[in-house]
Amino acid sequence: MLRVEDTTEHAPVTFSAELIAKFDDVVSRYPQGKQKSALLPILHLVQAELGWVSPPAMDKVAEYLSIQPIEVYEVATFYTMYLLRPQGKFLFEVCRTGPCEIVGAGKIMDYIENKLGVKEGEVTPDGLFSWRGVECLAACGYGPVLQIGPEYTFYENLTEQSVDQLISDLKAKANN
Amino acid sequence: MGRKLLLEHINVPGINTLEVYRQKGGYRSVEKALKQMTPEEIVEEVKKSGLRGRGGAGFPTGMKWGFLAKPEGVARYLVCNGDESEPGTFKDRYLMTYIPHALIEGMIVGSFALGAHVSYIYLRGEMMPQIRILEKAIAEAKAAGFLGKNILGTGYDLELYVQPGGGAYICGEETALLESLEGKRGNPRIKPPFPAIAGLYGCPTVVNNVESIAAVVPIINDGGEEYAKIGVGRSTGTKLISAGGNLKKPGVYEIELGLTCEEFVYSDEYCGGIANGKTLKAVVAGGSSVPILPNNLFFKTANGEARLMSYESLSDGGFATGTMLGSGGFIAYDEDQCIVRNTWNFTRFYHHESCGQCSPCREGTGWMEKVLHRLEHGHGKMSDIDLLVDVSKKIEGNTICPLGDAAAWPVASAIRHFRDEFEWHVTHPSEATTRNFGLAHYADPLPKKEETAA
Ligand SMILES: Cc1cc2nc3c(=O)[nH]c(=O)nc-3n(C[C@H](O)[C@H](O)[C@H](O)COP(=O)(O)O)c2cc1C
Ligand code: SF4
Ligand code: FES
Repeated sequence: MLRVEDTTEHAPVTFSAELIAKFDDVVSRYPQGKQKSALLPILHLVQAELGWVSPPAMDKVAEYLSIQPIEVYEVATFYTMYLLRPQGKFLFEVCRTGPCEIVGAGKIMDYIENKLGVKEGEVTPDGLFSWRGVECLAACGYGPVLQIGPEYTFYENLTEQSVDQLISDLKAKANN
Repeated sequence: MGRKLLLEHINVPGINTLEVYRQKGGYRSVEKALKQMTPEEIVEEVKKSGLRGRGGAGFPTGMKWGFLAKPEGVARYLVCNGDESEPGTFKDRYLMTYIPHALIEGMIVGSFALGAHVSYIYLRGEMMPQIRILEKAIAEAKAAGFLGKNILGTGYDLELYVQPGGGAYICGEETALLESLEGKRGNPRIKPPFPAIAGLYGCPTVVNNVESIAAVVPIINDGGEEYAKIGVGRSTGTKLISAGGNLKKPGVYEIELGLTCEEFVYSDEYCGGIANGKTLKAVVAGGSSVPILPNNLFFKTANGEARLMSYESLSDGGFATGTMLGSGGFIAYDEDQCIVRNTWNFTRFYHHESCGQCSPCREGTGWMEKVLHRLEHGHGKMSDIDLLVDVSKKIEGNTICPLGDAAAWPVASAIRHFRDEFEWHVTHPSEATTRNFGLAHYADPLPKKEETAA
């Protein structure tokens, strides 16, 4: 697996045989000739593997699906989940929409910013963390909430204490 | 206690597994539909039930199924809309997390009724855990002979796949969803043609919400007439309401349509009242897109009748004094919440989520966001308030898809009902950044209706 700190914009990418097998499985879900339907799921698989979707990775996906690179770029840039630059190993995506806002999402984002010591979209020096505000995550009754990819695990009813705990758990996990 | 058709077994340990789900009567509707009913009879039963789409628009499901074109030799599709991105709405995620087989069961019956042999469940990409849950449930159902080739020996074949989105609210709009499922940007299509004629891959397609599809199960089990006995008038059956905001007990509740709004908010069976001993100021009853109502108009219509949680009662009074049931995304605001701030937040959301195809939506949401930002931050002018109304009117009805309207309504309704608060932001700019306007007279239990109805 490629690590974030090894990645530069245009580092060449090769997809492993296992990853290609996963792509094949996705493509088999659609009728003949409609393999482009696999694009969104495949970009998720690529991101889970590389931590983001780099331009060379997008070109490779285009080649695999027999579509034009622009068809991949326009999708990757339209949808907010695809990360177009490397992020921390753990990206906190905190919901900032109305229902979460009225139960303290803004304060939690401020707290995370201070605690991690980086602004929205920036990565901590150890490469472990970054954070950003995102729109409603369909968990409005359990706000404030954040999610962490690539499995999009949810952390609900966040408090300063639970954020501290989460950060120290993830640090421990990363050092093992 | 209200009747529960979808969440009856939610607390049974292991109800997410096929085994326990079957013990509780699961998959009976598949046996009945595939072995004893024709597709036409199933559609008829759904029509009789009066079920209305649970995704927001409330269109009768049976009628939608009846419209599906059936040209010879062309594939048809049932696509489940699990995009669930409307702020305030989190019921589908709940249902799929805890009772995934209810959706799979409904998908099998629905696909059979529509003559689909491949069906897709489109979930927002952030629902990766739910995608795993559904894929596991599909594998279990397949192993038990409810999916795949020759289901239950009836000769009917069906494959079911789960498709992730990429994070875009607009993909909840059904034609944007179909574009996304085809691997493209989520730009809504110009209609007609409607998906019933040309949907996925240009083939006839029905798009239904997760909850609508799950509701087909009790309709087939007990009959459409039984289902229609629950509820009031044209609001039949039960509805999942996801309740959030400043409530004592936020969460997902299944209600019989026609429950009073008062009981929903204050009884312990449901939301249990307002959190932290505060007073209710305002309510968004059906997801961020529907008009916001002040407390008094939410509990009582302009005629002074008790308002009910039903399609008709919530929209009583039109947009002047009513709202909509929408997706069932219920948001409660207590006296400490700022309506201007909330309106700005929602408008930022719509601006962020606009696909950008139509100028009124793309530009209008941006302007409204900017104007609301300056009002909230104490730089607003009195004329900004009418400017907002003007921009919202120019968006409404002038766009390809209803996101434009969805962005316009919250702004127009907030100003309609809470104009004082907007004005206060202009007249007290420094105070507005440090404290909230509070309740003013909005929380009066009536009769202030002449003022608010104006
Ligand atoms: C901007 C926008 C977002 C929408 N989001 C959703 C959604 O997340 N889930 C949903 O079921 N319907 C959503 N809808 C409604 C769908 O277009 C469609 O009406 C619905 O899926 C039909 O299913 P139903 O008849 O079972 O409700 C949205 C509509 C618009 C205009
Ligand atoms: S109304 Fe907005 S979201 Fe809908 S098609 Fe037009 S620009 Fe896109
Ligand atoms: S508003 Fe935060 S999850 Fe919906």
